[in-house]
Amino acid sequence: MQLRELAHARSGDKGDTSNIGLIALKPEYYPLLVEHVTAARVKEHFRGICFGEVERFELPNLGALNFLLHESLDGGGTLSLKADAQGKTYSAALLRMEIDV
Amino acid sequence: MARALGAKGVKIAVVAGDDILGRLDEFDIGNDAIRPFVQSANVYFGAAPIADALNQGAQFVITGRCTDTGLVLGPMIHEFGWALNDWDRLAAGTIAGHTVECGAQCTGGNCQVDWQTIPNFADIGYPVIEAEPDGTFVVTKHPGTGGRVSVQSVKEQLLYELGDPRSYITPDCIADFTSIHLQPDGPDRVRFSGIHGHPATDSYKVSISYTAGFKAIGMLCYSWPDAYAKARKADEVLRQRLDRLGLHFDSIRSEFVGANACHGPLAGEPAPDIAEVALRVGVRGPDKADVERFTKELAPLALNGPPTVTGLGSGRPKVEEIVAYWPALIPKSSVQPVVSIVET
Repeated sequence: MQLRELAHARSGDKGDTSNIGLIALKPEYYPLLVEHVTAARVKEHFRGICFGEVERFELPNLGALNFLLHESLDGGGTLSLKADAQGKTYSAALLRMEIDV
Repeated sequence: MARALGAKGVKIAVVAGDDILGRLDEFDIGNDAIRPFVQSANVYFGAAPIADALNQGAQFVITGRCTDTGLVLGPMIHEFGWALNDWDRLAAGTIAGHTVECGAQCTGGNCQVDWQTIPNFADIGYPVIEAEPDGTFVVTKHPGTGGRVSVQSVKEQLLYELGDPRSYITPDCIADFTSIHLQPDGPDRVRFSGIHGHPATDSYKVSISYTAGFKAIGMLCYSWPDAYAKARKADEVLRQRLDRLGLHFDSIRSEFVGANACHGPLAGEPAPDIAEVALRVGVRGPDKADVERFTKELAPLALNGPPTVTGLGSGRPKVEEIVAYWPALIPKSSVQPVVSIVET
């Protein structure tokens, strides 16, 4: 199943770090996100894009996870040569992930 | 300006003291290499000086560097008389500020859920906060405007540019995003409650800008057939040329717009009959002349390289000086915001 069927997301930047908020579309999907969308899985998913560590934080009150993808924006801010220097489309990129449920 | 317009008796406050460029040597900024290139250094003040200005009767507050969230929390502190150590309420006002700091990004803009059905983007409503003295509040928008305020639209914005959700640090407090309770409260209304906060830290964040070399970015658009193959070939030729010219860059980056500029390897191989692909190449380096030389290498590719290319109508890409950003922390005790009131 593709993650877009279970969640929506928004992403942004802080320097060279991209943050992706992943939000369950229904409360009952949140435990599936916690179980399947681990920091290690996200790091693997973004290989070739994220060159640093991936951190994950849980927000059970919002049915959401927050990921920090370090070293993902070609230096970030005005230094970056990327078309998507703020990682605004990484939210959708995460939703491409396939999970077995 | 107010005087020129004939406004009499208007009280305008100015918050200064944020500019510490002249004193930057006193502080450990964690990066001495950038010191010769620093252009500006400004402390992010929070809500307190804004509340101070309002308490002195200001009708307008003009502030130097200031957190986005402080713009919303300041009037709440003033209006409700919140204490500057009432951490739960300060956190609530801070989270209200975070929710509206990107305007319509909480009222349906850039919202992924059912985006096709979000009404009237052209007249999208900007957010309104209905705040209560107990720290609860409703996010809504004016009737008759476009967009949509929903639990989903608000959640997306809460997570935008978020770090550790338990520790959202501002000069005013530390807000805990895991304490937020959201409830739908009628059409285009979401109620926030339950918010907790923790004592502020002893530091201010400083925003430092410094010059960091030059960059230029150019694009060439290749059409069907073999659009992606043509764009890749053009990139290969361009890199051969740059290499032969002996130009020095810290980075050369090629992206293929239409194929994978947004999602990189996750986008997979583009369809073989893809209608068009734009090659977008950027370079960054310390030497302006080298970056200039790069900008002269794109136009010849249209005549000397793979066929059916366009996109140079606006001429050579322009060379930009990079003004980069460096954040640092300094002790709060070392700077004081200065609030002054001018009456017209």
